[in-house]
Amino acid sequence: MKNRISFLLLIALLSSLVFVSCNKDLNRLPTNGSTAESVYSTPEGYKLAFAKVYGSFALTGNNGPGSGDIQGIDPGTSDFFRLFWYAQELPTDEAVISWGDAGIQDFHFMNWSSSNPFTQGLYYRSMYQITLANDFIRQSSDDKVAARGITGSDADNIKTYRAEARFLRAYQYWVLMDLFGNPPFVTDQSQIGDIPKQIKRKDLFNYVVSELKAIEPDLKAPKTNEYGRADQAADWALLSRVYLNAKVYADTTAYDAAASYAKKVIDAGYSLTSNYNWLFLADNNLNINEFILTINYDGLHTQGYGGTTFLTHAPVGGNMTPSKFGINGGWAGARTTKNLPNLFPDYTGNTDSRADFFTDGQSLEINDITSFTDGFGVTKFRNVKRDGSNGSSLDFSDVDMPIFRLPEMYLNYAEAVLRGGNGDKNLAVQYINNMRERAYGNTSGDITASDLTLDFILDERARELYWEGFRRTDLVRYGEFTSSSYLWPWKGGVKSGTGVQSYRDIYPLPLTDIQANPNLVQNPGY
Amino acid sequence: MRRSIAGISRQVSVLIFFIIVALGANAQSVITGTVSDSTGKGIPGVSVTVIGTNKGTATDLNGKYSISAEPTATLMFTSTSYTPVERAVNNQSVVNVTMASAAQQLGEVVVIGYGTSQKKDLTGSVAQVNAKDFQTGQITNPEQLIAGKVAGVSIISGGGAPGAGSTIRIRGGASLSASNDPLIVVDGVPLDNGGIAGAANQLSMIDPNDIESFSILKDASATAIYGSRASNGVILITTKKGRLNSKPVFNFNTTFSLSKIIKEVSVLKGDQYRQFVKDNGSSSYINLLGDANTDWQNEIYHTAITSTNNLSISGGLKKMPYRVSVGYLNQQGILKTDKLDRYSLGVNLNPRFFDDHLKVNINLNNSIEEVRFANQGAIGTAVAFNPTAPVYSGKSAYNGYWEWTDPSTANGLVSLAPRNPVGLLMDRHDVAEVRRSIGSSLFDYKVHFLPDLHAFVNLAYDESSSDGTITIDSSAAQDYKRYLNSSDNTLHGGRYDKYKQKRDDKTLEAYLDYTKDFVGGSRIDVVAGYGYYDYLTTNYYYPDLTTDGTTVTTPTFDYDKPEYTLISYYGRANLSYKDRYLLTGSIRTDGSSRFAANQRWGVFPAGAFAWNMKNENFLQGSKTVSTLKIRLGYGLTGQQSGIGLYDYFPFYYYSDNTSEYQLGDSLYHMYAPSGFYPQRTWEKTATYNAGVDYGFLDNRINGSVDVYYKKTSDLLNNIAQPAGSNFSNQIVANVGNMENKGVEVSLNLQPVKNNKVVWDLNLNATYNENKITNLTAVPNPNFPGNTYYGISGGTGNTILINTVGLPVGSFYVYKQVYDENGKPIDGLFADLNRDGVINQKDLYQYKNINPDYLFGASTNVKIDKFNVGFVMRASVGNYVYNNTFSSSGTVRNILNPIGYINNGSTNVLESGFSGSGDKFFLSDYYVQNASFLRMDNAYINYLVGKVLHNSATLSLNANVQNVFVITKYKGLDPEIASGVDNNFYPRPRIYSVGLNLRF
Repeated sequence: MKNRISFLLLIALLSSLVFVSCNKDLNRLPTNGSTAESVYSTPEGYKLAFAKVYGSFALTGNNGPGSGDIQGIDPGTSDFFRLFWYAQELPTDEAVISWGDAGIQDFHFMNWSSSNPFTQGLYYRSMYQITLANDFIRQSSDDKVAARGITGSDADNIKTYRAEARFLRAYQYWVLMDLFGNPPFVTDQSQIGDIPKQIKRKDLFNYVVSELKAIEPDLKAPKTNEYGRADQAADWALLSRVYLNAKVYADTTAYDAAASYAKKVIDAGYSLTSNYNWLFLADNNLNINEFILTINYDGLHTQGYGGTTFLTHAPVGGNMTPSKFGINGGWAGARTTKNLPNLFPDYTGNTDSRADFFTDGQSLEINDITSFTDGFGVTKFRNVKRDGSNGSSLDFSDVDMPIFRLPEMYLNYAEAVLRGGNGDKNLAVQYINNMRERAYGNTSGDITASDLTLDFILDERARELYWEGFRRTDLVRYGEFTSSSYLWPWKGGVKSGTGVQSYRDIYPLPLTDIQANPNLVQNPGY
Repeated sequence: MRRSIAGISRQVSVLIFFIIVALGANAQSVITGTVSDSTGKGIPGVSVTVIGTNKGTATDLNGKYSISAEPTATLMFTSTSYTPVERAVNNQSVVNVTMASAAQQLGEVVVIGYGTSQKKDLTGSVAQVNAKDFQTGQITNPEQLIAGKVAGVSIISGGGAPGAGSTIRIRGGASLSASNDPLIVVDGVPLDNGGIAGAANQLSMIDPNDIESFSILKDASATAIYGSRASNGVILITTKKGRLNSKPVFNFNTTFSLSKIIKEVSVLKGDQYRQFVKDNGSSSYINLLGDANTDWQNEIYHTAITSTNNLSISGGLKKMPYRVSVGYLNQQGILKTDKLDRYSLGVNLNPRFFDDHLKVNINLNNSIEEVRFANQGAIGTAVAFNPTAPVYSGKSAYNGYWEWTDPSTANGLVSLAPRNPVGLLMDRHDVAEVRRSIGSSLFDYKVHFLPDLHAFVNLAYDESSSDGTITIDSSAAQDYKRYLNSSDNTLHGGRYDKYKQKRDDKTLEAYLDYTKDFVGGSRIDVVAGYGYYDYLTTNYYYPDLTTDGTTVTTPTFDYDKPEYTLISYYGRANLSYKDRYLLTGSIRTDGSSRFAANQRWGVFPAGAFAWNMKNENFLQGSKTVSTLKIRLGYGLTGQQSGIGLYDYFPFYYYSDNTSEYQLGDSLYHMYAPSGFYPQRTWEKTATYNAGVDYGFLDNRINGSVDVYYKKTSDLLNNIAQPAGSNFSNQIVANVGNMENKGVEVSLNLQPVKNNKVVWDLNLNATYNENKITNLTAVPNPNFPGNTYYGISGGTGNTILINTVGLPVGSFYVYKQVYDENGKPIDGLFADLNRDGVINQKDLYQYKNINPDYLFGASTNVKIDKFNVGFVMRASVGNYVYNNTFSSSGTVRNILNPIGYINNGSTNVLESGFSGSGDKFFLSDYYVQNASFLRMDNAYINYLVGKVLHNSATLSLNANVQNVFVITKYKGLDPEIASGVDNNFYPRPRIYSVGLNLRF
């Protein structure tokens, strides 16, 4: 009996010891996750975290094409450039799409709401990249780097990364400023969990400009950085773009600066690739003399359904042959209205090689936006190399997407000068003719100073830059996006086209964020 | 379901728990007493034995007995038609015992958390279903045994796939983003509610034949003892055990069944289809038509054969009751190639030591499943595949199956076209072996110096592993030449993918239980304890290979080991005063590893009161009223299941090999910080319950009525984060409130009871009203709510919404406009906000997925040696979005713009919808009333009686399951747990015959 009682007591004692020691079992850690302290303990770790700040441009998530950093949207459509393209091209004369994705037809019909999944997705994507950049900027302050024992060239590299993270943040604030006007504003000065304040478009303009100027000395000189990383030329190019649109963003003009930053880029040693039709191919990383900054894709290692995978698949359908696009099959979605092909001397591309249209079985007129054969196809983006061979995958594209390339700087310069900025109009004509000579293969398409009008520039921008994500911004700057002064098929939901209210020059802030962030005031009209 | 309590008079009911005290002598003394039935009449011929000895006697004609035994001995009373009773002598010389008839008594002892209780002592809402009331026929999943049997419990099977799991809801769900599944405890082992890769669901590996009872704890006063995980109710499953000192009994059960599809999705038939394409399509589509008339659904479904077999032996080896059972299930699915073999072994040992002071209860449930999973993609493809194409092409390419070909593509197939449904099934071999072992050993030590105190230790584990391979040969159309290998610039096809998962769940419980009975029907029962629960999963990752072994992708990590732990301290006191007033109080504190250290612990109290009015003087003598008890309860329970394991802290995750980014000439993996929410803590549900248990006319009419109100606060709710404030724009936070109100009624009747005929009728009804009362940190009337549930067709469309003021899962749709003939007008929707455009602001909340009323009815008529009966269920007020109609029933689906033709739902003929645009998917036209009445089961049993020279008892049974469904719903089956009907695996009708042999 006694023994048994002692036994019981022993059990009780042992178990109480077990209980006490067990409470620490409530601290469970993920097997494959790391803390900030361990990630940022080495220069290599910095680079991998830095890769995410850039990679958020191209990829939808960390775990393959089906994964998403952004919630509330189909992961396949949640990457930056596809969403940016939707918002910049679909509401314009350059593009229509046949699909039934939730809210996708609202773009061309110009009747989007603050719950549109794509504008919401783009907004969150831009803010996500900004949040990543802020995190990286906080982690890469000189103090922190020094405290982690990183010195010498490693520390110098991190300093450059930091400037580039600030550049990427400025770029995304430009996106938000351009498309949404008055987004929430958060920098590395705030902490995760702080509720962002809203910033006015005009103040954001000043912030973007000041950031771009502040980081200039820390960025690498033009063409000296790694491929796919921003340098001073990218910084100037964005400054030129922002200044060109200063009237829209801040109700001020800055054409001098728009022209001078464009010229700084042009003079930094860039030149045009000889063949326009090589610009958007699987090996377009060869165009390093023309491309200022690219979003990089890789069919095997950078997989997603957005970006150039979207641009090489969505326009393929009807009588097009998928293998000519280096893909397994098209998605039969995107085409153009007649306005774009009608800007060219003919549709074949024989005269102006930039006219990459597919007409066989496609009608010029659009009776039904959802019918793929209504409207010409666009064959600008193809996942094949210059020699015609395939990219590395038939499902995912190798084509890199330039977000700044030299011709935009030519066009910015010309337009800024025409609008009264300091500069040389003859030089502007020469720049324009540089592009046109490449397009025509000879000087037959050259213009003279008298041809160089603002309307010509808008058309020339379409001819050169169509489907690259410029059109909405350009039409807004020219006052032709929402107004009735310029129409295209199905603008405003009417076959012949109609104007819509001007508040649609910017998109609404997503309703979800208006609900979540009490500091936000919705854009007027929405 | 409440089982009837025999008409128990006051004196007798006292006797059930009491031994009339008399002073006993030391050493061997003579014990006498009377064994009587519930009416107080003596029972003759009851065998009385002294446990642990060979001594035994039997009662005389008046039920009296006399036996010599030690004052510390325990007596065992057994009789064929009564439930055995064990009674300690406890130094008394007179031991009187009341025995309940086997049929009536089963409902009386009810399994509750950490112990059992007499039903009359319950203060909470607890329903128990015992083996004899289970659904019959081909039941391969335990939860289906009690479908329709309990008020307030909804069990919806996931479809007709072998071993498919069910959605179980007790009193509606209490949560939004966290789990709504009840906690399931098998023999004291709380199961994790995640599934196992390769196994259909957490319960599917337990042989239903081994289950003795289900006990469903519905209100918080009953569940709070499981505080941490009890918000959605608790289901306690007890497996069968042997009996002390009994001869071995063998029990053999076998059932053979045929499963047949009842109804196919209505699609255009060959000629009708050809006409449709000619009427609507251009020549390029007409040219695609073939001559065949293929019914693809007929090609993929077949009559499936299933046999379930179970052999058990149970008995008592002196002091050790035992039960061993072996089971074998061989099940085919009605979808061809679906197949499941399950071998199970159940062992139950209950040895006793140290003069019965230590009882050990060992339960072991082992099973091995060998599964082949059919490619369920064939279900939707069979609806959509071109009916004018033949099954076989007559050529050898693509294993002989007819496919959409396109010579211009790299692999010769039209890239986004569907593949031949029969080929999808036959060419894909997804086979897995799943092993599972659930074991528990409960040590029950009756303390020597204080016999009223029991110390319990329960050590248990739940281990499983699954090991599977998906093989597709390289000539199969699915995955044909799917990968371009850049090193040899050649296309490789097929698939050889492995998957593997292991789970190791551990439970340790230690608790003390002090019980003291007082003269006059008073009693105190106090439990205090500690629990440690650990859930560890290991996921192994393998490369994706083509059939020839070419690597398509390699995993970044070889494995991942998600793990979570819960620690609990708990206590409960039950007080009973004069068998009239019952009081229960419990408290539990739980820590969960899912929360940050300062948010980790939650406290969950509960209290309940019951008044057993029948035992009051004014009712004691009543012949009419045989049971009357009023119960009131309140309790707080917690929830932390179904959410991320480590989200309270930002962790950086290394990206996959397909998610690298190129900087310069190198590709870099990316470190991405995860969204996190340090303030996240327990979701809490407060439940108020009031109930009445009633019984009239010797309990031939009995049942209970409960009303409840459940309020969930700090909802674990996936909400938007202010953009820029977190690494995720949505995260599960504790924001919002929700309530469930309801009434549950159960009624058990015995309209006829005589020597020849006994007719039992059990009815239950549930009304539940669910309402979200808040969803935002700051109340916001303009917030439409959180949308969810992506549908098939139109990327990014979600169909459901949670909105304040409405139930969970309202449909969020456009209001369809109809013409004067009631035909929907294609693409025309009401401009609800009158702003001149149709966009998301015109969506409105319409109906919802939840039923308002649930009904269950079972009846059994025993006529001599026959038992005939049925089980029916009804659900009223639930709606379903018919995604089969919306995704396939349009012209655009049939004449696909990518350049091939599909079949579709005949709904296209009614609606005439073109399928263009992005709005029609969300038309309220597709939201359909899915109220239904289903006969689950109809059966006949025949007791043949003694066979094989009187050595065995044989009974035979025949059974039809899924007999009929009455519904207005236009799709295949209205009973869809998610509320979205998309490629649902049809529930077959099952015809079974079986036999049971006892020897």
